[in-house]
This record gives sequence, C-alpha cells and structure tokens, in this order.
Amino acid sequence: MKTISLTIDGKRISANEGEKLLWVALGNGIYIPNLCGLQDNSQPPAACRLCFVEVEGKEKPVTACTETVTDGMVIDTRGGKALRLARTAFELLMSSQQVDCAHCAKNGSCELQQIAHHLNIKLKSNRFRRILRELPIDDSSSVFTYDPNKCVLCGRCVWVCRERLGIGAIGFAYRGFQRVVTTFAGEAFADSKCQECGECVRVCPCGALVFKNDKTEEEQT
Amino acid sequence: MAINNKEVTTTEEQAKVRQKTRQILKRFGRKQGNLVPILQKVQGKLGYLPREAMLEIAKFLSIPGIDVYSVITFYNQFRLNPPGKHSIRVCLGTACHMKGGYITLDAWKRRLGIDRGETTPDREFDLDSVACVGCCVMAPVTVVDAKPQGKVEPTKVDGLLLAFEIEREKKS
Repeated sequence: MKTISLTIDGKRISANEGEKLLWVALGNGIYIPNLCGLQDNSQPPAACRLCFVEVEGKEKPVTACTETVTDGMVIDTRGGKALRLARTAFELLMSSQQVDCAHCAKNGSCELQQIAHHLNIKLKSNRFRRILRELPIDDSSSVFTYDPNKCVLCGRCVWVCRERLGIGAIGFAYRGFQRVVTTFAGEAFADSKCQECGECVRVCPCGALVFKNDKTEEEQT
Repeated sequence: MAINNKEVTTTEEQAKVRQKTRQILKRFGRKQGNLVPILQKVQGKLGYLPREAMLEIAKFLSIPGIDVYSVITFYNQFRLNPPGKHSIRVCLGTACHMKGGYITLDAWKRRLGIDRGETTPDREFDLDSVACVGCCVMAPVTVVDAKPQGKVEPTKVDGLLLAFEIEREKKS
C-alpha cells in the first residue's frame, strides 16, 4: 500500500492511501468529534454530522469520516465554517437528549461530554426548544441497562450487533422523532435474541447502554 | 406504540397466521427487495402484520426479524395490531390541529383506553391519526368507519361511542 503525506492543523502526517481522514486524524492524536462512525465500517453512515473539517481548495466543509486522504492534502479541523456546522448539529442532537451527568454511569467517560468540551459549548443549549422523549428504560438484561432517552441514535450498536457479530438483535424502528433503537417487536432484551455479549455497550458513546456494575465491565474486558 | 400486549392470540390462531403467510410467500422470490410487496400482500390477507407473520417473512428472506419490524414501523400503511370492528381516525391536519384535534385524540385515547395504532382488547375499535382528509371546514374531524364526522370535540366523542353502544344493545 502506498504511503502518502498530508497536513492536519499544521502537523505533517503520513497515512496509507485509501484511508479515511477521520481515522487518520484520530490515530495521530488529533481529535475530531464523531459519533456514528466505526473504523471497520467501510461504508460510514455519516449521519451525525459532527466530524466536519475544512480541506484546502474545497469551498465547503466535508465530513472527515467519508473523505479519503490524498497526497498533499491540507486540513484544518478548527475552521470556523466546519465548527459552526458541527456545533449546530450537536445542539440539535442534544435538544432531545436527557442530560443528567451527575447520576449517569458514563459521567467522565462520555463522548458527548468530550464533544461539548471540544466544541466549547454546553451540553444543554438553549438555542433550540428542548423536547424529551420519555421512553421506558429496559432493565431486563443481566449484563446491561438500556435507556433510550439517552440514546443519540448513532447506530454503532446496531452495526456492531449485525455486521461485526452477525447477530442482528437490535435495529432502528419508527420514524422521525419516534425513531428508536430497539429489539424485534420492541420486546425486552431478556426476551429477545440478544446474547448479552455486551459489544454494543462497549461502542455506545454515551449513557444509553451501560454495564450494570463496574465489576461486570472488568469481567467482560 | 408497541405491539398490543392486550391482544390475545391462541396457538391455533398463530399456526393459521404462519400457514397463510407461507402461502403468500410461495409467490415471491427470496430477494430482500420483495419485503415491502410481501408485507402489503400479507397485510391485505390478514388485516395486520402479526408477530408470527413477521418471523416467517424474516426467515424467508434470510434477514433478522428486527429488519422486518423496522420497515413495518417506518411506514404508516402497515399495522402491528389487528383491525377493530370500527375504525377511528382522528385528523391531525393543520386546520384540525388549530381546532384542537389533539384534544379530540386525547379524548378518544381516554375513552377507549388505548394509544394511537392500537386496538381495544375486545377488538371493537382501532384508533389512529390521519393527516388531513380534505374537509377542513368541519374541523376537528374524526373519520369513523370511513365516514368523516365534523366538529368532533370530547363531548361528541362520548356521543359517537354511545351511538355504537345503543346499536350493539339493539343487536343482542
């Protein structure tokens, strides 16, 4: 594979041809906010609209997860246009999000907190009207708890369960504001074909899927 | 708006559903693109898409059950619950919304004890919303058994239900 070189935020970086920009940047210690992508997913959904960056020579910001690196590319991850798009996307996302960090198991390791910090905005923005979903919490699994109110619908868990593990216990259902990650017929995890491997919990960026206690997490990893 | 747990399906009914679904599946190829036409045919025959039918279809197309459920819940035309004897469709179009259609919907929900997209346990009524039926002058509109009823405020909801009850008593 051909090695190419590019510049991200003034730093010269070498990468393999064909790689996606997002993973090159993250692999070199340059953080770009992202939620929906997973490195082994060759067809990124590019749905979260958070990984916007500016590429020299391109008028509009591009999503880093879908942008293939090319030789001599010059990237600015902190460009004003890109950050503006990412901030709005994040604020919209958070407008229907339950924010209760003090009582959340992911407090401190939550990617939403990391993104808010990186974009220099609050988790609870008042730019958009807040509408919460008020869905029931599924506590039936012996390994994890699923709180759909905290779900950002990034789809990582769905992809992992289906593509990486070939189980297909969870997926998206309904449409628009009602959209939710759920099991077949919306049954409880304990009654579904979920095998309780916990892979979905490991990729969940926020507090939607959490292990029932820290001990279980240690045992699992 | 999950599957109606109040719905009682006996093993006998389930077997019948499976058999009918298989019959329909015979006419289709096993490609995933056939999912929506299959769902339409099965619903046309059964009136709704029961759990057993979903599982049969998933097996036939070699896809996870959740994918079938996903498509069904995405489109308004598919229903997860058996149709009731009488259908109640509350209009939530712009004019009806302004005239308090959502209050009418709440009244129906309260009186029937079910949510949108569900069927009463006795299978007498099913409740759902529609987006404009084209007679906005009569707002708020509720379509009862394909007949649009005008100015349906909570008191008229009671009136309409009373009419059904009287009719039922006459018959028995």
